[in-house]
Amino acid sequence: MSSSTTELLKGAAELFPDEVVTQAHVRHLDLPAGAGRFALITLDNGFDHTKPTTFGPGSLANLNAAIDQVEKEAAEGTIVGVGVTGKPFIFAVGADLKGVEILGRHEDALAIGKGGHEVFKRLATLAVPSFAYYNGAAMGGGVEVGLHCSYRTVSKALPAFSLPEVFLGLVPGWGGCALLPNLIGADKAVSVIIENSLNQNRQLKGKQVFELGIADALFEGADFLEQSLIWTASVLNGSLTVDRPEIDRGEAWDAAVARGRGIADSKVHGAAPAAYRALEIIEAAKDGDLQKGFDAEDKALADLIMGGELRSGIYAFNLVQKRAKRPAGAPDKNLARPVTKVGVVGAGLMASQLALLFLRRLEVPVVLTDIDQARVDKGVGYVHEEIDKLLLKGRVNQDKANRLKGLVSGVLDKAEGFSDADFIIEAVFEEIGVKQQVFAEVEAVAPAHAILATNTSSLSVSEMASKLKHPERVVGFHFFNPVAILPLLEIVRGEQTDDASLATAFGVAKKLKKTAVLVKDAPAFVVNRILTRFMGEIQNVIDEGTPVAVAEKAVEPLGLPMSPLVLLELVGPAIGLHVSETLNRAFPERFTVSPNLAAVVKAGKRGFYVYDSGKPELDPEVAALLKQGDSVLTEEQVRDRVLDAVAQEIGLMLDEGVVAEAQDIDLCLITGAGWPFHLGGITPYLDREGVSERVNGKRFLAPGVASVPA
Amino acid sequence: MPRTVRDVVFVDGVRTPFGKAGPKGIYHETRADDLIVKAIRELLRRNPALDPAKIDEVAIAATTQIGDQGLTLGRTAGILAGLPQSVPGYSIDRMCAGALTAVTTTAGSIAFGAYDAVIAGGVEHMGRHPMGEGVDPNPRFVSEKLVDESALFMGMTAENLHDRYPSITKQRADEYAVRSQEKAAKAYANGKIQQDLVPVSVRRTNEEAGETGWGLATADEPMRPGTTLENLSGLKTPFRTHGRVTAGNAAGLNDGATASIIASEDFARENNLPVKMRLVSYSFAGVEPEVMGYGPIPATEKALAQAGLSISDIGLFEINEAFAVQVLAFLEHYGIADDDARVNQYGGAIAYGHPLASSGVRLMTQLARQFEEQPDVRYGLTTMCVGFGMGATVIWENPNHKDAGGDK
Repeated sequence: MSSSTTELLKGAAELFPDEVVTQAHVRHLDLPAGAGRFALITLDNGFDHTKPTTFGPGSLANLNAAIDQVEKEAAEGTIVGVGVTGKPFIFAVGADLKGVEILGRHEDALAIGKGGHEVFKRLATLAVPSFAYYNGAAMGGGVEVGLHCSYRTVSKALPAFSLPEVFLGLVPGWGGCALLPNLIGADKAVSVIIENSLNQNRQLKGKQVFELGIADALFEGADFLEQSLIWTASVLNGSLTVDRPEIDRGEAWDAAVARGRGIADSKVHGAAPAAYRALEIIEAAKDGDLQKGFDAEDKALADLIMGGELRSGIYAFNLVQKRAKRPAGAPDKNLARPVTKVGVVGAGLMASQLALLFLRRLEVPVVLTDIDQARVDKGVGYVHEEIDKLLLKGRVNQDKANRLKGLVSGVLDKAEGFSDADFIIEAVFEEIGVKQQVFAEVEAVAPAHAILATNTSSLSVSEMASKLKHPERVVGFHFFNPVAILPLLEIVRGEQTDDASLATAFGVAKKLKKTAVLVKDAPAFVVNRILTRFMGEIQNVIDEGTPVAVAEKAVEPLGLPMSPLVLLELVGPAIGLHVSETLNRAFPERFTVSPNLAAVVKAGKRGFYVYDSGKPELDPEVAALLKQGDSVLTEEQVRDRVLDAVAQEIGLMLDEGVVAEAQDIDLCLITGAGWPFHLGGITPYLDREGVSERVNGKRFLAPGVASVPA
Repeated sequence: MPRTVRDVVFVDGVRTPFGKAGPKGIYHETRADDLIVKAIRELLRRNPALDPAKIDEVAIAATTQIGDQGLTLGRTAGILAGLPQSVPGYSIDRMCAGALTAVTTTAGSIAFGAYDAVIAGGVEHMGRHPMGEGVDPNPRFVSEKLVDESALFMGMTAENLHDRYPSITKQRADEYAVRSQEKAAKAYANGKIQQDLVPVSVRRTNEEAGETGWGLATADEPMRPGTTLENLSGLKTPFRTHGRVTAGNAAGLNDGATASIIASEDFARENNLPVKMRLVSYSFAGVEPEVMGYGPIPATEKALAQAGLSISDIGLFEINEAFAVQVLAFLEHYGIADDDARVNQYGGAIAYGHPLASSGVRLMTQLARQFEEQPDVRYGLTTMCVGFGMGATVIWENPNHKDAGGDK
């Protein structure tokens, strides 16, 4: 059929020679119950399920050719229907992101959007009905190819179904924004396209896909395709009618879009355009004019592909999906020693949380120690309570709960607890003398091979190890609160840490399912150093005279998960003050200790805000404590100062070799501080806004790494 | 404790379409366990009155119990089919009579009172598991001449059976095979077979085998409707030069699975399950391994004697057509004509195929359909020959017959 589509895709394919091309196999079969001859298209890239099927230009051309064939057969009356399904476990997971990254021109980006539409929409205009059988993982363009079909079935075994475009910085641009609200109504479409995407790319399961009305029928995985084809036969021979509920195209539609905007505002604060562009298209789709919607999708897609937010999003996605799995600078994993028992020094809240994490992930004996029996009992009791909660929620069964409880114990005598431990982590008071003392005691009783790990957030690992007989086995193992939720683990190599110890630490981190980043033994490591510099600059402008509200609002356009002072409240002003003092000692020229913060801590305040009205308002008692200067900055001036400080600090950290590359800084900020994908952590944003150039005279990342290629 | 033997009934049976073994066969890229799982699931779908939690056993036969036919298939297939974990399962092997033995063994347990309802069936993927895969015969078989060397090669045993019955010529065997194809084609045309088939999705990635991608198996692949005597006369006799056994008058190498629900009659009636056949008697017999095709004769003698019946009481026969000669030997022994209308009314394994351990339940499913159509027939039998010199026979009563359940 359309030769222009063929040309369009051919041109796009030339730009992307490395595409893993998906084949669209056409196979004919006789439907059950004598319902007639049927053409089934199987999307398959020729690899197993570990390499999911994607769509690039070559893949779209293959699907287009398959549709040429079935369109002809449908017109000739030799088939009664057309189906689309995937290889085992995978339907299709959407556009090949590598193909998006290489696009450098608006017209090429537009071609990709149009190409997808031109191919997919043919499934809606065949002379026979079309059916999508969502047999396995379906995302993005994979979901959309099915939305163009007349009918859909979904497998109960389908583990992941989503339109993740907004999460990455795109819009569902091959029909999703226009078709989905017209299929299931605007409110449910907003849930799928906006809400799920912005909730860490939440995935739907097969049953939910059916319940939302996206699929017309749900079948179990064991004979999903057979039952789908039997169902198809019933639909085609008229023995079964598919009823879909009427869509509310009235006020409910507008309310849904408004709800979507509310979600976007609360998540990205207007800082990333994708959600808003998707909502515009959903809003316009109310009149049911699909072609108009498709054109708007093409435009939005091309604009976003040529924008920095998407490139940052893809960069961040690749950091989390790829770099996080192969930590830069980690030693050969074969050097790692087995860890069959874990010791935890301290039985306070942090120590107990660590004990629970090690217990659940490693499933080896975990021993807590502390200075008196009451503390030990409390620590073990905490772990038991948490296991009971898991049991109540059905996350573990009774046998597993018994096993975990049996593995955790607490003793006063370190010799008794640690004599056969392979990995001992301390989480005692942040004071170098205390930590040195603890490690000396542990070394006296622990096996010679045992790793001594510290969860310090700001002390020197090398100094902590310096008085030991075997300092080579000390590593920093810095978690982020809440330990169970934030993925980041900064693994700190001390001056004398050897490769085997480091490899063991990385091995443990992997079993803990943490994102491990190798960090040099430098003050406050990565996340705390950048956050403290960032907070310090906010604090500075407040101290100098800028109103708190202006300082807070200045960084809103970044779309951070929370405002600086709310973050301070979460961390605890006392801890914030302590870290700033540590960094002030290390780098007095850049890190200040805010007298106002000191006053707040001294007054015993837990934060700057009160929430009596439901929203944060400056605590009058705090306001009374603040002593401000008379230099009042605008929001823009504040933002410049803060970003300049962050850019400077990151530049210096890279010069010092705190981490291998800027990518590691960004990975830390995304996984340890929750900084958003659309900032790419932070360095892509600093490059994009010209801050890096202004402060350091150069970019952090080469053009094309997290930006539109030059 | 006083104990009463309970009546056992055949509730329902289904099967997958049978495929040709080998790289071009429909199931070449389909696992054996998936085949049996699809059959079990279809059985449960067709019989919603059967609460899966009330199934007491899953007995699944396979000849080569390794790989996807290993791992105690009855148990693993039950889990894969979605049966409750409380339902146990096990595997059975009596080569070609595997599924038949799954039925009789569980039936014995039902009669004894150990079970109320079971799933019994079999599977053989001869493409993934060629005959003789992994076998390691004891050298004493040969050194002490315990069996003839031909005993391990089924085609040779068929030639040996021709020797035993010199009157059964290649011509008669071929004529029988042509009739089997004709009857099977007619049964298909009349929709007798398809009603008990479960469609199976089949994937193909090898372009040389045909269109690639997912397809659907809805019919038996081995069938050759329109086969003529001329077609068959020129075929090679691979087991003996100038022999009589050819690919045309024997079942091929096939892939497929069957499953049935067997229950105590009381349970079936209390749970509103259909009663398609009532078990009368069953028997197994051993013969010289090198003429294993003779096995159905002594097995049938024993089964008839147990039931107090004679061959003239049997109104319908379902005889597995591993080889035409083996059916003809049986008929010759009992003085039944080669084309007797009571025998294999829907055709047999020569047309449909014979995935070894699955075939027994196919015979039963077809006999059950014939019972429905012919309430005037009171007794029928299913019989088959078994490798290494055995025969297996099950005699069934037609519950639709006016005297059913009464004295003979």
